[in-house]
Amino acid sequence: MTIYLTIAVIILIFVVIFQISKASEYVSTLKGDEISRKQNNKINGFLMVAFLVLGLIGVWYCNHVLFDKTLLAHDSASVEGARVDSMLWVTLAVTGVVFIGTQIILFWFAYKYQEKENRKVFYFPHSNALEVLWTVVPAIALTVLVVIGLRNWFLFTGAPPQNAMQVEVTGKQFGWIFRYPGKDGAFGKKYYKNIDPASNSIGLIWDDQLTHDDVVTEQTMYVVKGKPVKLIIGSRDVIHDVGLSHFRLKMDAVPGIPTTMWFTPKYTTAEMKEITGNPNFVYEISCDQMCGNGHYSMKGIIEVVSQEDYDLWMAKQKPYYLSAFPDKDPSNAPVADTAKTVKPAVAKM
Amino acid sequence: MSNEAVLHAHSGAHDGHEDHSHEHHHQSFISKYVFSQDHKMIAKQFLITGMVWAVLGGFMSVLFRLQLGYPDANFPWLETILGKWAKGGHISPEAYYALVTTHGTVLVFFVLTAGLSGTFANFLIPLQIGARDMASPFMNMLSYWFFFAASIVMLSSIFVETGPFSGGWTAYPPLSALGDASPGSKSGMDLWIVSMALFVVSSLLGGLNYIATILNMRTKGMSMTRLPLTIWALFFTAVLGVLSFPVLFSGFILLIFDRNFGTSFYLSDIFINGVGALPNEGGSAILYQHLFWFLGHPEVYIILLPAMGMVSEILSVNSRKPIFGYMAMIGSLFAIAILAFLVWAHHMFVTGLNPFLGSVFVLLTLLIAVPSAIKVFNWLTTLWKGNIRFTPGMLFAIGFVSLFISGGLTGIWLGNSALDIHLHDTYFVIAHFHIVMGVASMFGMFAGIYHWFPKMYGRFMNNTLAYIHFWVTFAGAYMIFWPMHYEGLAGMPRRYYDYSIWESFKQFQDLNQFISLVAMIVFAVQFLFLFNFFYSIFKGRKVTTMNPWEANTLEWTAPIHPGHGNWPGEIPEVYRWAYDYGKDGVDFIPQTTPVGADESVEH
Repeated sequence: MTIYLTIAVIILIFVVIFQISKASEYVSTLKGDEISRKQNNKINGFLMVAFLVLGLIGVWYCNHVLFDKTLLAHDSASVEGARVDSMLWVTLAVTGVVFIGTQIILFWFAYKYQEKENRKVFYFPHSNALEVLWTVVPAIALTVLVVIGLRNWFLFTGAPPQNAMQVEVTGKQFGWIFRYPGKDGAFGKKYYKNIDPASNSIGLIWDDQLTHDDVVTEQTMYVVKGKPVKLIIGSRDVIHDVGLSHFRLKMDAVPGIPTTMWFTPKYTTAEMKEITGNPNFVYEISCDQMCGNGHYSMKGIIEVVSQEDYDLWMAKQKPYYLSAFPDKDPSNAPVADTAKTVKPAVAKM
Repeated sequence: MSNEAVLHAHSGAHDGHEDHSHEHHHQSFISKYVFSQDHKMIAKQFLITGMVWAVLGGFMSVLFRLQLGYPDANFPWLETILGKWAKGGHISPEAYYALVTTHGTVLVFFVLTAGLSGTFANFLIPLQIGARDMASPFMNMLSYWFFFAASIVMLSSIFVETGPFSGGWTAYPPLSALGDASPGSKSGMDLWIVSMALFVVSSLLGGLNYIATILNMRTKGMSMTRLPLTIWALFFTAVLGVLSFPVLFSGFILLIFDRNFGTSFYLSDIFINGVGALPNEGGSAILYQHLFWFLGHPEVYIILLPAMGMVSEILSVNSRKPIFGYMAMIGSLFAIAILAFLVWAHHMFVTGLNPFLGSVFVLLTLLIAVPSAIKVFNWLTTLWKGNIRFTPGMLFAIGFVSLFISGGLTGIWLGNSALDIHLHDTYFVIAHFHIVMGVASMFGMFAGIYHWFPKMYGRFMNNTLAYIHFWVTFAGAYMIFWPMHYEGLAGMPRRYYDYSIWESFKQFQDLNQFISLVAMIVFAVQFLFLFNFFYSIFKGRKVTTMNPWEANTLEWTAPIHPGHGNWPGEIPEVYRWAYDYGKDGVDFIPQTTPVGADESVEH
């Protein structure tokens, strides 16, 4: 019922507006085109300036209300992200000046040069000097921005520092799987046809000895404060994207084509709770590439901890191999039973 | 020009579909209003079909904004219109993604490509260059009917049981290739591809025609450098479309093969929950993105250039002053058209592409800001010391410049890859492209409609309604999209159905509600425009002089109601460029006026 009422009210408002518009058209026909055009000009000329002033106030107010809700209100959570932020401020300064200047000129000209009885327009079809001016000045400003940008770009996409730890991230509909290389520091091989959601979520090849100590977890990734971490990113099904807004980085997860990204966490999760003043703060991994109907819920968590806490956590993790083959786990079966080592996963290969 | 035999071959069943003109002519109803080969009628067909799609696409955005603004509320009427897609009055994720996808596809291709350049290239090219019709009126008619067929197929996809395509308007595989990965990628996607393929055909038929007409059919004296800037813009638009749409088409063909015939162009190493590992190996999902964006980026200029051309013309006419830097305007259009082909990978900075390649694309992308800056400053200088008449068309043209500045500047942020890594696929991007491409081009389209409506229908639109339409839409557009920059700066990803589970993004609930509210008001105000448009066709104030805006271009030398063939007698000859406003103290000198003895020649 309310919906019909709402529609009725809207239609009524439309009818009123229409009648007023119709009436004003009759009036202007009576007064003559010239006079009504001049009246309309005055009103719209005034509205141009009003829009400029109210618009600039609106820009300020919007910033006033929303700035604290953005990431810029706090320090970047990664060393590299701080460079993104400083680049962002430089870009904002350059584009902000141009924005304010050109908008003021646009609306001011519109107001100032509205039709006047005796104004003679200035016949000004071209000026090479002016064209050169506004070709060269933007080109120089852009060159500066490109230089800053590319220096950062090559840093971000270049090789990570030697001491970087590695984590493999695999996206799937709709969640994240993380793999750590284990004690040997190397990832074992994998093949997607070995994937078995129950026991081998990323398709590790158990024949490869290197897989045996790999640690696989879901949902939460642990990294160490101050230690660069290189993510090796892949996807099990469609394209996803590892979005790390607090670290100011993101990278697509593409099936069949591994990608990489690295960063250096600056604050632990606990420290970040204090910095943001939000006791519920967590580093979230958001999927930033449309991946299906559950896209909006594809969340991962990053726990940034100290090296000691990380070591403690890692010590508690069991190699994925052992959860796939519980009989191999020394804590489950102290006496190895060689009769049961026919491996179904290997047979599939 | 007209092919009488073909025109009169159609007769029979009457169809009220395009009945909106008053002219009485010897042609049958079908050949005049339905299968017309008159460029002016085809333009109106494109325009009205585009308007239908704009309303549908806009309404879709209202529906998904309801979800974003009021995620916890129930609207029983939604279930009435959407059925199982809104059980209990709450839009489902499937429906949300289908709405977002269809909104994007429809607005980009059907409204801002077909509705914009389809309308104004058809309407203005013959009238402004002095031709009786297009080079091939028959191909021109086919161009519209392929578009119409594309529309019908797209519309039908909405009624498929598994739903329309829901993987985003860019349709990235593997999501778009695998029905098992998303229900929207089942038969809804087949219809989506068929519709887009028909659309590509339509756009090629139209584009080739526009190019041929502009190059070959200009009237005597109309050298290329005397063309109005509208024609230059439409020319580059057509060139962009002809060179890039085939690449998109090839991408779609490979996608059809991957979907239906077991090939692996885009597919590799895929395991689908509930299905298992797929046999495809060796394909590259990134290949599709290259093929898509090789069209996709020129496409944004296909959308923007016609608006730029019309705005240049309208600003000059209503400032009563020549456009500043005519040759620089052509040069910058040309530069934009060339660069449009060399920047596509800036949409792919985070796909893991080679960093060196990425750096080249950064350089070329930011280079586009130079011709864009030239255009903006030339528009501003055109206003300087003018004598401005605020017709509705002029207001929308000024609004276009403001929006183009606002949205263009954020392109400098996003084109710089190191910043894009942070802002990619956030609301910052949504704000950027909606302002610079969506709303700005829409404003260009409104400017064109208000300005050339008297030529189209021999009547004026109501000014008061137009002024209300402009000011509410202008303020509303900024209120909707400006705050989205802040959401983007918080890293808030686009294409999310619900943000409430996200600690990092849920602080914007109030803002989302505000944006949704404004979006609904702005959508409602568009009905003022629609009503004004259709009412004025029949009841608008009649145009009594041939040249109501006192403009120089050729279309205003044609009769108030031009017939098929445009000029009853000889086609007028042209002696000068289109922008002699205020020269030697004379308010305006039409292109058909011979150059006086003591007058300096500009072009």
